[in-house]
Amino acid sequence: MLLVRDPDILQARTRTDKDIFYNPEAGLPRAERELAAAAASRFNGCIYCASVHARFASHFSHRGVDVQRLLDEGVGADLEARWNAIVAAAVALSATPPAFGPEQVRALRAQGLDDAAIVDVINGAAFFNWANRLMLSLGEPELPGG
Amino acid sequence: MSVDVIDRLAGIDAGSALSAVRDVRRQAREQAQASYRALFEPEETAEMAVAERFAVAAFVAGLHGAEAIAAFYGEGLAAGAAIAAEAARGRGQGPYGAYPAGKLSAEDVAGPVYRVVDGALGRRLVAALEHAHMLVLHPRDAAPASLRALLDAGWSTTGIVTLSQLVAFLAFQIRVVAGLRVLAAMGEP
Repeated sequence: MLLVRDPDILQARTRTDKDIFYNPEAGLPRAERELAAAAASRFNGCIYCASVHARFASHFSHRGVDVQRLLDEGVGADLEARWNAIVAAAVALSATPPAFGPEQVRALRAQGLDDAAIVDVINGAAFFNWANRLMLSLGEPELPGG
Repeated sequence: MSVDVIDRLAGIDAGSALSAVRDVRRQAREQAQASYRALFEPEETAEMAVAERFAVAAFVAGLHGAEAIAAFYGEGLAAGAAIAAEAARGRGQGPYGAYPAGKLSAEDVAGPVYRVVDGALGRRLVAALEHAHMLVLHPRDAAPASLRALLDAGWSTTGIVTLSQLVAFLAFQIRVVAGLRVLAAMGEP
């Protein structure tokens, strides 16, 4: 695979990814970190990443129907209030230039997310802005968790 | 130990509540910094010079409208003003672009393919900035032809991997900083 040609950044990227998505301590449940990843990917148009992380979100949440609607209808799909707030925040942050602001934070807080959980939304969505761009341009299958 | 660049760019002080929240994902925090160092304080520079790295970074931050981050990467660059001018010209609303023909084609959004105007930046950097613009604003348009343009301008395959990682990493770093700045400004709930 191409990414091993620059091993230092590849290793740091993989470790960043693992902690954002796999660290079980506090923050957002895994299912919703994967939801943020899938939403960012769906919005950016990385079909491969969206599909992989939708599958993880589905697996951990047991809400396969809602996750499928995110893929089929796009990031505007109505998935109930808490998921809507997470998807909207991931999308706002993924826009160029980023459109994430107090409105998104207030909506997440209204759904019970504390700042550790909100940082997971930020990290998860932001990380997929990294992953999507590599996948779309170099066609690299993702590494564990990515 | 070097300064944590995300903390610096987001204005997060050691000992603050938000710094403690970042430490819940301590490895992510440390590895984001390690990523910065791998890209901007590299041990190997044969395939992509350090000045090229900072020039592309300043351009990418400028495309995101992230002025403070663009200034951070652009500081001391000989071509700093030219890069800033290209970024200002290249700005737009992303993501746009076309999907592979099929069901999602209904969601295609048209938008410009950026061409650098300042030829004095040199062939390699011109190709890198044009590629970076696509990755930042319309990544779904990426195709083998876009890598061909880089090879033709003298980039090696390894150099293209580093360039791609650098642009993609910045798309992450700039968004983490943007998100943390909002949280920092709002204070605790």
